[in-house]
Amino acid sequence: MNNNRFTNRLFTYTLLIFFMAIFLIPAYMVIITSLKSPAQISLATAWDLPNPWNFESFEVAWKAFAPFLLNSVYLVIPATLLSSLLGSLNGYVLSKWKFKGSNILFQLMLFGMFIPYQSILIPLFQFLHQIGLYGNIPGLIVVHVVYGLPITTLIFRNYYTEVPTEMIEAGSIDGAGFFGVYRHIVFPISLPGFVVVIIWQFTQIWNEFLFAITLTSGTGNEPITVAISNLAGGEAVNWNLPMAGSILAALPTLLVYLLLGRYFIRGLLAGSVKG
Amino acid sequence: MVGLKFNRDRLAAIVTLLPSVILLAIFVYGFIFQTSYSSLTDWQGIAETQVKNFIGLENYKQLFTGLLDVRFRQSLVNTFFFTLFFIIGCISLGLLFAVLLDQNIRFEGFFRLIFLYPMSLSFIVSGTVWRWLFNPMGGINRLPTLINLEPITIKWLTDRSQVWQFSWLELPKIFGLILIIVMVILALRYKNQDKQWKAWLLAGIGAVTAIWIVTGGADKIQILSYPEKHGFNLAMVGIIIAATWQMAGYVMAMYLAGIRGIPEELREAARVDGASEIEIYRQIILPMLKPITLSAMIVLGHISLKIFDLIFVMTGPDNSSTDVPGTLMFVTSFRGNEFAKGAAIATVMLIMVAMVIVPYLVNTLRSEKNYEQ
Repeated sequence: MNNNRFTNRLFTYTLLIFFMAIFLIPAYMVIITSLKSPAQISLATAWDLPNPWNFESFEVAWKAFAPFLLNSVYLVIPATLLSSLLGSLNGYVLSKWKFKGSNILFQLMLFGMFIPYQSILIPLFQFLHQIGLYGNIPGLIVVHVVYGLPITTLIFRNYYTEVPTEMIEAGSIDGAGFFGVYRHIVFPISLPGFVVVIIWQFTQIWNEFLFAITLTSGTGNEPITVAISNLAGGEAVNWNLPMAGSILAALPTLLVYLLLGRYFIRGLLAGSVKG
Repeated sequence: MVGLKFNRDRLAAIVTLLPSVILLAIFVYGFIFQTSYSSLTDWQGIAETQVKNFIGLENYKQLFTGLLDVRFRQSLVNTFFFTLFFIIGCISLGLLFAVLLDQNIRFEGFFRLIFLYPMSLSFIVSGTVWRWLFNPMGGINRLPTLINLEPITIKWLTDRSQVWQFSWLELPKIFGLILIIVMVILALRYKNQDKQWKAWLLAGIGAVTAIWIVTGGADKIQILSYPEKHGFNLAMVGIIIAATWQMAGYVMAMYLAGIRGIPEELREAARVDGASEIEIYRQIILPMLKPITLSAMIVLGHISLKIFDLIFVMTGPDNSSTDVPGTLMFVTSFRGNEFAKGAAIATVMLIMVAMVIVPYLVNTLRSEKNYEQ
């Protein structure tokens, strides 16, 4: 019996460690390749550790990618904050100020987060051209705010549904109106909701590619994902550079994940479990 | 007085919601309408003066039966196999990880962190790395040499061969067979639930379809005037592996949340009754996780129907062996300036996604209503 239990444990841990190794292979590869000098990189020795360690790739990658990282920063911060704030207000209305048809309206809004963006891409492309927002960061911000609204509204609506309605009513009796209740009662308790939504939107927008490549390609306003794909797409390139660039591009979202993983998972599950 | 104030707040609520509603009405529904309209025209080229003539369903007819659009048809087949293996891979790995992590193990948080970290990365980053790993002369293929074995010789992303070939002409027959299988399964289920009337109806539909195929009705539908081979492109295998690596942790997180939601008393009661741990999983936990499996399938399914970034960076957007509708739409519209055809591909994508998502949303709405009552 005891022996059996031990075998089970051993089996469980062996499996876990095996899969852990598989999951870490890409991370290992990207790190060692980025730390090799171009001359050291060959297909035959792809798995070997760098010898000597060479940090130059990061210097070169930083120089090459810094403008695009900055583009991503300029894009992500306003887009995340705006879509979170709007989502919070929408969630407040749709959970505490329901009106006839508000549930169906919510469902219609929600549909926007599932559509393949290809199905709106051509009119979007034309529309941004017409209003002068094609090829620049403000245009991308608008796009990410609008298409971020369904998920931010969803997360806040579910979050506020948990808030007891008595709290709202108490505020109303004290004479606070719609905005008063939001400012003095709802907003102050929204911090965990904002953390989840901000992390989610930050990760999504930082990592996004389809809008970025369609709406900013070749303008100098490309976010980092487009810059990486341009470099990695070329055949004759030295692999240390795209690898170092990938690490730079991955670090912000990876750090957020490592530090605030709990909230990241909550956002993840909000997108999957129930509207 | 109170009533008046109440009404003013109501109005404030609606006015607050209004900008978002208008934006989504335009950017989602308005644009979808424009795209579907464009798909019914002959719009080509980027000139502002471009005349768009209404040509009905011609673009769709071309896509599904036209000589030149064979790539679109193969992109649908690619999507089918991608979706199938991606869902199977993510759900089996996700469930396995969740069950393993549920065994009261040490460093559970650490393992969870490792299995989920790909989710925080962009497909562009992971695709770049996987492309290097799938280099035929290096990467994965050279792993065995680390323990002095011969290298593997799979061509991965550069493989041009196709397996499980079928002719596009056989599609009506294939759909008919799928219909029969679904009907038989549903009929048996209704029979077990003692809903005889429904069971017989479904069995009848299955039988009629079978007769239709056997008597050659399916062969009479000539969607093409020549046989056209499609099948599973082996170049997709690497992309499926990369996508599964990226998303399996997501499914694990969903299952873990589900398992943690099952009250411990249920397991205790079963243990007292003498059930083994494996029986507890088979009899109690797995059946309770069924709704999560459905959610996971829907989430993964709609992701796979939309897949774009990963393929763009791993094999390039204009690579016929790994075409999917997402990349093909991009190339057709923004590289080839064939906007009408691009719009038609986009509309097909939307319809496919909607078939997965709309029932799910409607169902959620309904169950929420029941919950409120």
